[in-house]
Parts: sequence; structure tokens; C-alpha cells
Amino acid sequence: MARQITSAKPKNLKKTLASFKKYIGLHKISFVLIALLVIMSTSISLWGTYSIKTVVNEYVLKNDFHGLIQFIIFMAIIYFIGATSTAIYKQLMVHTAQSIVQEMRNDLFSKMQKLPITYFDQHPHGEIMSRFTNDLDTVQDALNNCFDTLIQSFIMITGTLFLIFVLSWQLSLIVFASMIVMYFLIQYLTKKSKIYFKKQQASMGILNGFIEEMIDGSKVVKVFNHEVENSKEFDQKNQDLFHEAVEALTFSGRTIPTVVSISYFNYALVATVGGLFAINGVMDIGSLSSYLVFVRQTAMPINQFTQQLNFILAAMAGAERIFDLMNEIEEIDEGQVTLCRVNINENGLMEETNVNTGHWAWRHPRKDGTVELVELKGDVRFHHVDFGYQENHMILKNIELFAKPGQKIAFVGSTGAGKTTIINLINRFYDINKGSITYDGIDVKLIKKDDLRHSISIVLQDTHLFSGTIRDNIRYGKLDASDKEVEEAAKLANADGFIRRLPQGYDTYLSGDGANLSQGQRQLLAIARAAIANPPVLILDEATSSIDTRTEKLIEKGMDRLMENRTVFVIAHRLSTVKDANAIMVMDHGKIIERGNHDDLLNNKGRYYELYTGKTELD
Amino acid sequence: MMRRFFSYAKRYKKQFIIAFLCVIGETVFELIIPVLMANIIDYGVMQNNSIYIIKQGIMMAICAVLALILGVLYSRYAAEAGQGFGKELRKEEYERVQKFSFSNSDHFSTSSLITRLTSDVTILQNTICNGFRPLVRAPFMFLMALFLTIKLNAKLALVFIIVAPVLGIGLYYIVKNVGPMFRKMQANIDEVNTVVQENLIAIRTIKAYVRGDYENSKFARINQQLRNHSEKAFRLSVMNMPLFQYMMYTTIVCLLFFGSQMIFAGEMKIGELTGFLSYVLQILNALMMISNVFLMIARSIASMERILEVMDEVPSIKDCPQPLMNINSGTIDFKHVYFKYNQEAKENVLSDINLHIDSGSTIGILGGTGSAKTSLVQLIDRLYDVSQGEVCIDLHNVKDYSLKVLRDNVAMVLQKNTLFSGTIKENLLWGNKDASEQEIKWACKQACADEFIERFPDGYNTYLEQGGTNLSGGQKQRLCIARALLKHPKILILDDSTSAVDTATETYIKNALNALQDTTKIIIAQRVSSLQHASQIIILDNGRIHAVGSHDDLLKNDSIYQDIYYSQLKGVDL
Repeated sequence: MARQITSAKPKNLKKTLASFKKYIGLHKISFVLIALLVIMSTSISLWGTYSIKTVVNEYVLKNDFHGLIQFIIFMAIIYFIGATSTAIYKQLMVHTAQSIVQEMRNDLFSKMQKLPITYFDQHPHGEIMSRFTNDLDTVQDALNNCFDTLIQSFIMITGTLFLIFVLSWQLSLIVFASMIVMYFLIQYLTKKSKIYFKKQQASMGILNGFIEEMIDGSKVVKVFNHEVENSKEFDQKNQDLFHEAVEALTFSGRTIPTVVSISYFNYALVATVGGLFAINGVMDIGSLSSYLVFVRQTAMPINQFTQQLNFILAAMAGAERIFDLMNEIEEIDEGQVTLCRVNINENGLMEETNVNTGHWAWRHPRKDGTVELVELKGDVRFHHVDFGYQENHMILKNIELFAKPGQKIAFVGSTGAGKTTIINLINRFYDINKGSITYDGIDVKLIKKDDLRHSISIVLQDTHLFSGTIRDNIRYGKLDASDKEVEEAAKLANADGFIRRLPQGYDTYLSGDGANLSQGQRQLLAIARAAIANPPVLILDEATSSIDTRTEKLIEKGMDRLMENRTVFVIAHRLSTVKDANAIMVMDHGKIIERGNHDDLLNNKGRYYELYTGKTELD
Repeated sequence: MMRRFFSYAKRYKKQFIIAFLCVIGETVFELIIPVLMANIIDYGVMQNNSIYIIKQGIMMAICAVLALILGVLYSRYAAEAGQGFGKELRKEEYERVQKFSFSNSDHFSTSSLITRLTSDVTILQNTICNGFRPLVRAPFMFLMALFLTIKLNAKLALVFIIVAPVLGIGLYYIVKNVGPMFRKMQANIDEVNTVVQENLIAIRTIKAYVRGDYENSKFARINQQLRNHSEKAFRLSVMNMPLFQYMMYTTIVCLLFFGSQMIFAGEMKIGELTGFLSYVLQILNALMMISNVFLMIARSIASMERILEVMDEVPSIKDCPQPLMNINSGTIDFKHVYFKYNQEAKENVLSDINLHIDSGSTIGILGGTGSAKTSLVQLIDRLYDVSQGEVCIDLHNVKDYSLKVLRDNVAMVLQKNTLFSGTIKENLLWGNKDASEQEIKWACKQACADEFIERFPDGYNTYLEQGGTNLSGGQKQRLCIARALLKHPKILILDDSTSAVDTATETYIKNALNALQDTTKIIIAQRVSSLQHASQIIILDNGRIHAVGSHDDLLKNDSIYQDIYYSQLKGVDL
């Protein structure tokens, strides 16, 4: 069977093998056991073929009935052991392979959770996804089939070679020569067909890309009656793929007949020369006929061996990509400051407690071993902050900002001005290059990331929902929330109404990122999710951009209640939603160019005024 | 189910037949060569005839060359046949998907449709490419060897008549049971992929809510399921190898035993026994090969089913038998229209819509999130069909027109603007593939797109990435309007298409549109200012028409309109 090999060889085999050790190490005993069982099963199979000669020569020809029975019983036992070892090692192999793949998949996933946001910015989703699919699949295939087959064909080859060498070393020279030719031919053909497969893969990529784009944009295709043109283009690309695939398969398909006919040649030559030998008395007939049986056995294991070797190399290349991801630098978190529940006694002093008091504090361990408790209030300050996604290109320059507990700070400005970037610095999706950010007076770098993020709720520009019920999705903000809390939060976000109209209400199952909901409805759910988390700091990044002005008005009360007593950062497209902010920052090219409240900014007649009166496009 | 797939192979019948013959030929040579070899020993060596030996050797070499030629031919024709099958299947499926209405495609998610068109087809294609040879070879070998064994020694063949069915039943059991297991495994794989995909998309949400551990345990759970199901499936499917060995070894032992008895009794010669053995092994081998192919097929059944689901989906929107081919005016009527996306849904999305829109007029539609504005306009060019009532254009039901004519005359700028990879010009030509340079410039000028296009170094030949990601939202919207204008439609629908455009530009576009006397304009917008000058404004609320009237009427009489108007008056949008 010709499986297609498309992945290149691993760049650094040694390193990949070393990383693999960790997984193989856990199953060391299984692997040793499998290897032993494979050796046993293969040797028995070889021995069996050899024994047929023994049966004939030793017992049948000598008319030794008793000996024959004994030997056949002996053979049956050995054979039974052989087949049973096959059964055991096959089961063991599947079990071990599946364990390893499961472990790798789990590790890969939890590694993904630990990577910094920048990693996801720099790597397309498809690429990370293919670590889980294509790469892990090739590893699984190799583990499932290659290890045992490789050992098996190796023993077959060496065993057969050994036996024929014993039978007749002269004839074996011919066999060796043809095996070497075979090996190099197979290597050459595989290498060449890889070039063809690469081309095939490229046309496949083009065709699949086209399919993806057109299915994604199918509404536009319909609206513009573009089906016929699309079909034409599709046919062309489909034909290209057909052409490349036929080329690739025709070429790679030659490997097997080539190997087979070389083995025939070899066979013919050995038979002819052997026959001549026999005439001249160099060799007896019995040896010649069993010799020829063995020669016929050599071709397939060689083909199998090289094939498996190639699969293993492909799997190693896949494994290398997997380990590359596993070796990526994780999100750095050296923060020591954690969140804890506190009780505030009548003197205004705080003490740590396990009881839910509704009060939280930062637990700040000092160098001298004492612990300082700082009340969690939501005071956020930026001091001379510079930030750039790349070291040499600063996006934000010298940002200076104070948000006192309970204040509402708004950011406006065109796309790319740096509004979302600022917000991403507060919860440390990115780390700043210069300056500092403090939270309740503590540098955010000192705070443990998880605890920092627990204290901040964020409603992102794009709402992402998870497969699960509506209830599950809202509860994402607080995993132990009761049903009542979920509904309260939904009511606050004015989502309760539409949820109740859904076929199963709160238990309606959402799939495919909530594809069956409108953008506006998704945003309402995201707001509910933020509300249920109940944090001191709230970040709203274009949270109501897809909600119409009337609905926005309806949820205004809820939003006001949500924002009450919280520090709120708001990014909004619609300036009406930021009018009542304590301070509005107008941003341009990474700088705050105007700041003040609505009235101040209007009086300034600057950029804000232009935006507000519709003289400038916001996007 | 299989038969339906054979029909896609029809066009490549010739290739399949040639490939088939090549395999048969190869197999014949494989059977001839041992005969030639036996001749060398039995006649050449026994009779000390070295010329005969060399002659036979040359014959063998010729056979080897012929086998090589057949093999090479096979790989060519088999590749053409297998890939041709894939090509036809893919094409057929693509055409089918293209005919889908949205109520059809709503049954599948976009990503699943894409998988069904790409990897599922590839899986089937590979099954054919890899399975064809053994599937032809094995039965042929099986029959040949069976014939020869019975001819050689019918009594001894009894052994194998007992063993072969046992092996057959065992293999059948494996293949039959492993199918559903693989299907379960496939479902688990889909689940795992969904979670990974979701996590990739929503990584910021996950990090913001510190849900890494939660996601890890969720993933570990489904990964465990996947592991359990795949281990079960693989455990069963690998058993065909040991089963084969048990049966093969049993046969060898039995044949040796009974064979020797026969030799002792003088009923059989030694050479016959060895020959017999090798034939019987071939028979068992053939069974093994067949079972391998069936295992492969069992694994691809899931893909077959997924493709058939697409093929079996009946396009719900089709041309009527004798469609009208002309639309003369842009008059639109909605008569008691009810609509829901899903027949089983309890509530209607649109209820009892009655409207008359004059040709050439400008209509505004206003309403809250989820008030079904988009659903309403999608009924006009039959992206969806009404559930009840009728929509008429130029006094005829939209269902009576040919779809092509209907959609050529209705231009719709969608809320989600899709631009395709290609140059700006190529994208614009979607509106009218014969449009002249001048027409293109005209359309872009009306949509205020000319100014930014001309600022690009490559102008109209600027290359757009998929989805037009290298343009700003406002630029995309303006291009989409220009594209729609190139159709010179009778009816133009703008679904919230100027939301990212600044007010000055919007006013310009609005005036340009007003100049299109013969075109009925339907504009959905969030901003009252965008609609103020429409001859009629329709207020939708929860899928019903709440009010219809001019700006002044509505401002006086309609509570919702007043609400919206005043909520925006305070903001920037005026």
C-alpha cells in the first residue's frame, strides 16, 4: 500500500529523539516487551519456513512416523506461541501508542494555554491547529504501525540473508548485489516522488483555499449570480490538482513494480546460475529449491523496511514541529502578590479569612518575611509607559494615566491609534517596555497573573462563545454561579428577553462560536458574562458596537449598575456612550493627544470636536 | 451506498479497465515465474541441460520486463482512475453545494461543509488508490490458487475448506464491528478539534477569565474519550494479523500432518506437498489482503456518509418550470408574509408583513437588534423563501422568475462585506463582468471609492487579501457599494452598509443613489440620519411592522422612532 509521504525530513533528528524520550521513557517496559515479542514472533515465522525442509528431509524421507508426530506437535506449540506473541504485541502496541498520543495531545493543549498572546498573534490558527491534527496523526500512524513492522522486516531481512548465506555463499553474492541496487533505487524513487507530492500538495492547497473562500462568501456569490464563473474556476483548479496528483502517483507507483521486477531478475539469475551450479555439482537440488524459496522472500521486507523508514522520518518531522511548540517560551509570571479574601473589622483593619465577606485584598509578601495586605479597590495608573509589539517599533509612547476606584475612563480614536493595546497592558496580555503600571499601588509585574486577571473583567471587541448551553457561556465568568445568578446577570445585560425566546431558553445549545446568534445578541451575552464575574475593574472594548442605539438605551440602566463602584475602561466607536466618562482620552498614533471630560473637549474644538460633529471618519 | 459512488467513476471506466487488466497480467506473471523456476530444476538440472536452463532463465527475465511494463502502466492508469474519481466527486459535490439555498447550508456549519469538500473526498480517493490493486489481485489469486489446490489434491484441500471459512468469519467479524467504532472515534476527533479551534479563537477570553485549568480539564475529558474509542477500534482492527497467523499456522501444521500421512501411504509426492502448501498460503494471503481493504473502507465509511449527506440535501430554492425572464420595474409587494428559518421553530421571525414599495422610491428600514431587518430584505432576492404569503416584484411572485434574472436585477450590499482575494478591479467585475473602465470609474465615484483607490500605488490593480483585510471597514463598504452599482439593478438593497463611513461621505453617496431614478432603494441603517430623507421609513419591531411613514409622520406619531431619534440626537450621530 502506497501511503503518501509529504512531510520533509526532520531538521534535527537527535533533538527530536531526545524530546521523544520523555514519552517513550514512561513506557520503556512496554517497548522492550514489544521488541522481544516481535523478535520472537518473526523468528518463529522464519523458523517455520525453514522447518518444512526438516519435516521432509528428516522424517518423511526417512519414514519416521513417530518422530514426525513429535516434531509436528512441537511445531504446533511453537507456532501457537508465535501467533500469540503477535496478538500480545499488537495489543500492547496499540495501548502504548494510544497512551503516548493521548499524553502528547494533553501536553500540547495545556502548553497552548500557557503561551503568551504574542505567540497567537504571530502564528496563524491553521498552523497551530495542524500540530493537533496532521502532525499528531503522523506520529500516531508511525507508533501504531512502524515500530513493530520495522523490527519485523529488519529481522526478516537479516534472518533470510543469514540463512541463504549458509545455504550457498556464492549465490548470495548475486542476492546481496541486487538488494543493494533495490535499496538505492527505492531511496531514489522516494526522494524524487517527494518533489511531485510537494507540487500536488501545492495545488491541493490552492483548490482548498478557493473552496474555503467561496463557501465563506457564499452569500455574495449568490447575490451576484457568480456561480457559473466560480464553477469554471473550480474546474480549472480541480483539473490542475488532478494533473499534479496523477503525475505524483504515477511516479511513486513505479516503486513497487520496479522492486518486484528486480526481484524477478534476481530470481531468474539465481535460478539460472544455481541450475548451472547444480549441473556442475557445486550445489545439491534440495538446497537449491529451499534457497529459491528464501530468495523470493527477500524483496517484500526490503520494500517494507524502506517504506517504514520513510514513514518514521515523516513522523519525526511531525514530532519535531510538535516539540518546537512545546519548547516555546511560556508566559512569564514571577508575580508573588496574590488575591485573598479579607474581613474588615471595626477599626478598619483587615485580616485574612476563608469566608466570603465580599472584601478582597492583595497579599503582598515582603522580603523580611512579613505580609502586607492591601485592599483591592481598582486604582490603576500608568507611569510613562512605552510599548511596542516589536522591540524597535513603539506603538504607545509615554502614556500617563490615572484611574481612581469607581471612575470611568474612555478611549476614543481611529483604528490603530492604540486604544485596545492600552487595555491589553492592564491585564498583562502584553508586557510594557518602559515605565510602570500600578494596581492599587502595586506594580502589576509583582502580581500573580491569574490573580490580576481575576480582578478584571473584560468584554472584548469580538465576542467568542463556546460550544455549550447559554447558561454555560454566561457562567464562564464565575464557574460556581447559581442558576439564579446567571439569570440575574442576563437580565442586567438585557439578554434575558431574547434568551427566553430561544427554543430551549437558557439551556439552548450553542455550537460553532454561537453562529446562530446575531452579533448584537452575542455581545449581550458577553456583557452578562462579565457581569457575573463581579470584579473591581471592568474593561469594555467596543462592547456595544453591534447593539442598536435603542437596545443600547434599554441596557443603559443595566450597564450603569454594572459600572457602579467599579473602575471602568471603555473603548467606544459611538461617542454617545462615552459622554459621561470622568475622563476621555483621544488617541492618535499611540499618543494621548487630548484629554478631559466631554464638555472640556468640545470647547477645545480639537480632534474630539471633529469626531463628534462627524467631520472625520472614525474607522 | 457504494453503488452511488461508482457512478462518479464512470467517466474513467477505460482507465479502470486497463488498470484492472494490468493487475491481472501482473498476477499471471507472478504465477508463471515459479513454474519456469520449477522447470529449471525438474528438467534443466535433472537432465543436465544447461542450454535449457539458460533459455528458461531468459524467459524469466522477459517475464520480469513484462511485469515491469504492466506495473508502470498500472500506476499510470490507476492514478488517473482514482484521481479522476476524486475529481468528478469533488466537482459534483461543489456544484451541489453551490445550488444550496441558505436554509440548506444552515444544516451544515461552514467548516463542516469545507471538510466534506476537501479532506473527506481525499480520504475516499486514497482508499480507491490504495485499495484497487489488492481488491482485484486478491480474489483472482484466491480463485486461481483454489482451482490449483483442488486440482492437485482434492482430499487435502478439505483442510483448507475448514480453515478458510473460520478465517473468513473472523475477518468479517472484525470488519463489521470496527466500522461503528471508527465512526465513534471520528466523532471524538471532531470534538477534540472543535475545542482546540475554539480555544485558539477565544484565547484572549480564556486568559482574561483565567480559565486555562478549566479548559485543560475539559480537554482532558474529551481526549480521554477519544483515546478510549480509538484504542478500542485499533485493538480490534489489529487483531486481523494474529488471527491470520493462527489460521496460517494451523493450516501448515495440518497439511504437514495429513500430507505426510498421504506420502507414507503413497498417495502423494513430496513435490506436490510443497506446491500445495504454497498455494494454500496464497489463498490465506488473499483473504488477508481483502480484509485489509475492507478495514480501509470501514475507516472511510464516515467520509462517505458525510459526503452523501451533502449530495442528498435537496436544494430548497429552485427555478420554477417556466420562469419569467424579464423584470421591468422595481415595484415590490409583500403580502401577508410570514417567515421562520427553521420549520420546527415555534415563533416566526417575521409575521404578517404587508408592504407596497413603488418603483424608484427610497425606503428606509429601522429596528432594534434582532428585529429581523436583514431577514426581511433577504426574502426579496430569495436568499430564503417565505414560509407563508408572497413577495412580488413587478407584480409577479419572486418564485416565478428565474433565479438568475431575479438576482441580476436585485443588488444587495450585505452587512458582512465579503471581498475576495484578487485585485480591486476583479472584485468590482463581480457586479458586471463586461463593465468598461469608464463604468467602473463611474461606479466607484458614486460610492466615493475612487478617491482612496486612486491613492493606492497600483490603483484598481491593487491586490486584496482574502476578505479584503488590507482595507479599512469604511473602504470595504464603499467598494461593496460600487460593486453592487455596477449591476445597474432595478432594486438596490443596502444592509447597514455605510456604518463605518463618515457622515460627509455618506451624504455624498446618498445623493448619488437618489439620482438613480429607475432603481428602488432599500436602506437598512442604525442611524436615523441615514434614513431621514427616505420617502418611507419602515419601523420593525420583533418581526412585525410597527409603523410606516415619512420622517415627519413618524417623529410625530411613533414612539419607537421618537425613542431612536432622541437617543441619537444626544449623541454624535446627528
